[in-house]
Amino acid sequence: MTIGWYLAVSAIVFTLGALGVMTRRNPLVVLLCLELMLNGANLALIAFARMWGNGDGQILALIVMTVAACEVTVGLGMIVAIYRRKLPIDVDELRDLQG
Amino acid sequence: MSAVLFFIAAAGAITGAVGVVMLRNPFFSVLALVGHLVSLAILFLLLRAEFVAAVQVVVYAGAVMVLYVFVVAYVGGEGEGIGERLRGAQIGAAPGGAALRLGGAVLAGALLIELLIALLGTGLEAVDGYGAPYAPGPHAYGTPGYIGQLLLTRFLLAFEIASFLLLIAAVGAVVLARRRGGLEPEDDRGPITPLDLLPPASTGTMAEGVGRWRR
Repeated sequence: MTIGWYLAVSAIVFTLGALGVMTRRNPLVVLLCLELMLNGANLALIAFARMWGNGDGQILALIVMTVAACEVTVGLGMIVAIYRRKLPIDVDELRDLQG
Repeated sequence: MSAVLFFIAAAGAITGAVGVVMLRNPFFSVLALVGHLVSLAILFLLLRAEFVAAVQVVVYAGAVMVLYVFVVAYVGGEGEGIGERLRGAQIGAAPGGAALRLGGAVLAGALLIELLIALLGTGLEAVDGYGAPYAPGPHAYGTPGYIGQLLLTRFLLAFEIASFLLLIAAVGAVVLARRRGGLEPEDDRGPITPLDLLPPASTGTMAEGVGRWRR
């Protein structure tokens, strides 16, 4: 298949992730949808790397995976901390920042 | 053959993504994301990114998703459907939340249209091509050797920064999720003296064996 098809799939996946980030209320699912957006970007990066035939895009995709793993770790740590404090697990309710 | 595989994997990836967004139970969302990641790994293989595909399956679909499953099992979020979200039928939902969510959906649709217009309107002939020429070999494009050579020569700084980032994230997660003080008094036993480290006199005796003596 030509590169354009891969880019179309990546656009659709990215949009679905953005839709989930904007509409879901459970922070766990919001994190999952962030993963979807990062994966859409990764697919585009690897498609472009294939287009030009050099490995820079693949390295960038690997770095994006690292950043995604860090984001998941910190995000899930925050969710566990929220749960421990018996706060509602809902991004609409968690509106105040307080030390 | 590669076209058939592409359509199967693309359908799997998009179905998995729809499942993540639509499914009510967060646990099933995680499972849908695993399916999505594996389909995406097939797409990476079709794009000759063998090492990245392997990393995707091992690290992402393996390790990161296990973390998700543990947290979902620990927290156990209740289900919520996207339909009632958009309609705002939830009791106690924030006022104006439904309108905001509908706006989010409209925004996502606009984003998709814009991306597809950008894709279709691009003047790059290479987007309609099959990519750069590829010759198989031990150090060909996309193999672990190729990626490793790039990571340790041209992208060494990015590699090291990524390792520092992982260390910071690990420490940060431990700090965030640790047990806060005040729930269980642990430090009211006073300072530890060397005598506390000695085993009690009955250690190893029959009284301990039958449970007569407890610490």
